[in-house]
Amino acid sequence: MTARLCTFVIAALVAALLLAPSAVYAIAPEQMPTPQLEARYLALINGFRCMQCQDESLADSPVDLAADMRRQVRDMLLQGKTDQQIRDFMVSRYGYFILFKPPFVLKTAWLWLTPGVVLLVGVLIALRVIRQRAALAAADMEDNDLTDA
Amino acid sequence: MSRLRFIIPLAAFALLVVVLAIGIRQSPDKDLIPSPLIGKPAPAFSLPSLTDPGQRVSSTQLQGHWYLFNVWGTWCVSCREEHDMLLKIKQAGVIPLVGLDWKDDRGDALSFLKQAGDPYATIAVDQDGSEAIMWGVYGAPETFLVNPQGIVVYKYIGPITQQAWEQQILPRLPMGQTPSAGASS
Repeated sequence: MTARLCTFVIAALVAALLLAPSAVYAIAPEQMPTPQLEARYLALINGFRCMQCQDESLADSPVDLAADMRRQVRDMLLQGKTDQQIRDFMVSRYGYFILFKPPFVLKTAWLWLTPGVVLLVGVLIALRVIRQRAALAAADMEDNDLTDA
Repeated sequence: MSRLRFIIPLAAFALLVVVLAIGIRQSPDKDLIPSPLIGKPAPAFSLPSLTDPGQRVSSTQLQGHWYLFNVWGTWCVSCREEHDMLLKIKQAGVIPLVGLDWKDDRGDALSFLKQAGDPYATIAVDQDGSEAIMWGVYGAPETFLVNPQGIVVYKYIGPITQQAWEQQILPRLPMGQTPSAGASS
């Protein structure tokens, strides 16, 4: 009896998991025939910028052009194209601007390197300040020792 | 030394202001996204003609001639704004206009052209918007200048102005260009 109840509960949980949407989207994503394709489709359209409402992804954008571009991605996936082929296609038409995560090439090097350089400068400044403070504190301690004595 | 302490953060802040100001000025303005198609072959296409659905408009027919590939639709307000300029370009007779009627209603498109005048040598129909994606179109109107070798030479985003026509398009054409050769249907 308890075993049967257990299987029932597990089955119900599995069913709930399968039926529940994996994420909430502003736009209902078009269905893909297999979960693998669905996952690739979602990853791709979340990585492309909507060219009309530039701070939204293709997955989130309600505009007509985004729907057309999602259809393009879907069609290419169904034709058996790889993710890289689809990305290259989009870049060849719209430029790197369409990628939310642009590749590391000469043209985009400054984009990737600037944060690291800024962080490095910050760390150097912080180190210097900490050393100075430590030296001051040490000097202070010595002063205190002298007056106490 | 103590004075330097105030000046350094202030200088850093001033630098940040300058960087951000430049960033805002040059922020991805829709007009500024350069087309990766420039210098590359224009997409090959074969699409139904708007005026005669039995006929097809194809890139092979257009090979060997300069043409302006103009993406428009009757739903697009800026395209209507541009229309008079397109008629002027037709009148100039220097280069044929090839239209791409983008996601439009055929009846609307035909009645609009009948009423406002038809500047196009030929018009291809992109019913579902997939051809526009091939050209990297993200708004209408957009106009591509294609040379006789089928290479995209220039792209103009937005309604063509007299200034754009005179300063951007005409200078890119060879002298002695024969008026709208061949491409008329």
